[in-house]
Amino acid sequence: MKEPAAPSVNPLTLKERMKIARQHMPEQPACERKSNFHEVNLGFSAELARQEALRCLECEKQTCMTSCPVGVKVREFVHLIAAGDFAGAAAKIREDNALPAITGRVCPQEDHCEGFCVLRKKGESLGIGYLERFVADYEQRTGMRHLPTAPPSGKRVAIVGSGPAGLSAAGDLIQKGHQVRVFEALHELGGVLVYGIPEFRLPKQIIREQIDQLRSMGIEFETDVVVGRTITIDELMDEEGYDAVFVATGAGSPQFMKIPGEQFIGVYSANEFLTRINLMHAYEFPRYDQPIIDFRGKDVAVIGGGNTALDAIRSALRLGARRAYILYRRSETEMPARAEEVKHAQEEGIEFQFLTAPIEFLADEKGWLRAARCQRMELGEPDASGRRRPVPIAGSEFELPLAVAVLAIGTSANPIIQSTTPGLATDKRGYIVADEHSQRTSRRGVFAGGDIVTGSATVILAMGAGRRAAKSIDEFLSSGVW
Amino acid sequence: MFNILHAAFLAPGIKRFVIEAPRIARRHQAGQFVIIRIYEEGERIPLTIENSDPARGTISIVVQSVGKTTRLLNSLRTGDKILDVVGPLGKPSEIAKFGTVVVIGGGVGTAEAYPTAKALKQAGNRVISIVGARNRELIILEAEMRAVSDQLFITTDDGTYGEKGFVSDKLRQLIDNGTPMDLVLAIGPIPMMRAVADVTREPRIRTLASLNPIMIDGTGMCGGCRVLVGNESKFACVDGPEFDAHEVNFDVLMQRNSMYRSEEKLAMEQFENEREALLERIRAGDLQPCTLAGGEQ
Repeated sequence: MKEPAAPSVNPLTLKERMKIARQHMPEQPACERKSNFHEVNLGFSAELARQEALRCLECEKQTCMTSCPVGVKVREFVHLIAAGDFAGAAAKIREDNALPAITGRVCPQEDHCEGFCVLRKKGESLGIGYLERFVADYEQRTGMRHLPTAPPSGKRVAIVGSGPAGLSAAGDLIQKGHQVRVFEALHELGGVLVYGIPEFRLPKQIIREQIDQLRSMGIEFETDVVVGRTITIDELMDEEGYDAVFVATGAGSPQFMKIPGEQFIGVYSANEFLTRINLMHAYEFPRYDQPIIDFRGKDVAVIGGGNTALDAIRSALRLGARRAYILYRRSETEMPARAEEVKHAQEEGIEFQFLTAPIEFLADEKGWLRAARCQRMELGEPDASGRRRPVPIAGSEFELPLAVAVLAIGTSANPIIQSTTPGLATDKRGYIVADEHSQRTSRRGVFAGGDIVTGSATVILAMGAGRRAAKSIDEFLSSGVW
Repeated sequence: MFNILHAAFLAPGIKRFVIEAPRIARRHQAGQFVIIRIYEEGERIPLTIENSDPARGTISIVVQSVGKTTRLLNSLRTGDKILDVVGPLGKPSEIAKFGTVVVIGGGVGTAEAYPTAKALKQAGNRVISIVGARNRELIILEAEMRAVSDQLFITTDDGTYGEKGFVSDKLRQLIDNGTPMDLVLAIGPIPMMRAVADVTREPRIRTLASLNPIMIDGTGMCGGCRVLVGNESKFACVDGPEFDAHEVNFDVLMQRNSMYRSEEKLAMEQFENEREALLERIRAGDLQPCTLAGGEQ
């Protein structure tokens, strides 16, 4: 094996580095955390972080960086951690990532940087997510080192949506010297980070701090504005003087299964359930006013196998559910959820019923859910997604007693912007059509990215789209050429 | 933060607020609503816009005290502030020249019917309005409705004003008398809207009802406001709030609206004990103890 080409602060040989085991993330014990909403992962100490950083082989190819949707310079920031320069490491990440404390917590690292880490071939990958989180939290405690920004361009950009795509674009555009204002429909900033991801995985305080950092860079924010309703894109450009608009409104509308009984009380979409819990603090009712039905001692199932499904079922458990099931129509291998979340959910006692799908909801005479009629599946030929298609097994139907069922089976495009912006092209499912490199739409000066273009994806993929849009917007504003 | 420029009771427990909200005022069309959140720990509730004045940058809403949030709202006065007001949401009412339109407002629903009646009148329709309430005291906006109607009928359940009976009784009488009508619009309590739908079903008069399910975001994101219309799930916030009343499953709407009854009771009991302290906090501007968001910053 070749020794690193660049001068290294790492005193260890490659062999010695590979002998160090991956450092464990300190976490709240499962028996305690399953009844509170506090964060599960507690974060690395400086000692753990340095020890983990020393494991980096400092490869020349840097597949960790090239596999990252926003291109974080992993080798360089890890190198700075090993050297003890935590503030420098944070600034290095910030060159490419506006929300490191968030991605350090929720990014599916196994699909990107850690999945491509050479160490993984020999054992366990470098804990890149844990290290990113460590330096981002360090920066939060000690103060941010501001990055150099370009002189003011005199151009104004409106960003629609304060989720990961919008914030990421805003972070890049402000550094290019443009004036940036972010419009948010809800009363709190952060989009899906705030309404979708629970406190135990991503504390609200972290989101607020990351947004405050963006605000301190000069980005303006305005809540309670539903673009398309409160103001249209045409009005933003023609009357409020924005030179470009980036539409980053997210995926939006929850899908239902179109099976009988979805209207019964106790059947929630994951978006509604999680919004009540996360945005509206229903788990603190009656200190907060927005209610949620009483989960204590009840049997609850979430239908779906993604991160949203796991967030929902683990929230249900924390609300006092007696039994908490995941019903997933495929097998464990096909689950799209992040590996760490599956592990955490299993430790907390979530019961996974794979190859199982509800076909009808049943209620009592007052319309309250009492059970789901379910069906077992087996895996057939691969479908369009490349995953093996679940096929119902004849005669496998059974009734599962349930008081609450949460549907986490995906989302479809929210129509508000598309229906109020003449000339904005959409595909047949209603998503906005945007070029996958430039994020340009069919309308001059209007860019789009994130879930409203691709359909449901991840925080980091949305941030990647935000970065591409920012680059493309900057080019458009400098050249004036569409 | 949104300023309350004027607040006054129209009837016992029914209050009208004029709120400074220039962007909403500019875009408002009849039939649309806002979602409000009064203070940091408050819930989000939908309220129909009663009127708007784009020149002054104001909208008005009419609120009936029902649960904690509406009671708290109705405790606010001129000069107080509301933390969040977002809108205008929902599809506007379809305004066209239909011919003769019967606009029916039940209770506080009259305030919601008013802007649509006005717009329909301006569009050249013959507007017959039926305004109903439990008793004389609860009849609101009579003069306003009269000004935009060719004919106005009033009914009270107890007969203390207008004709004794329900709005649906009056509607049936008009139909039986051979009054031609091309469209009926019903806005009010669920049993009233259902009764109207029952009356117009057989004569096949096109009838719209403005539905009021429990809502959170109001932008189509959560699906909590889904209603069964023609056996299909629709979101009242983006597909409505107006739907074909003959296709609406009112039983499901009623059941879903009762979902949080025990929580509402608990919140009300608590509110009665803390009302003054809460109002004091809101007036002191102590609205955001733990967040940095809310309004323009």
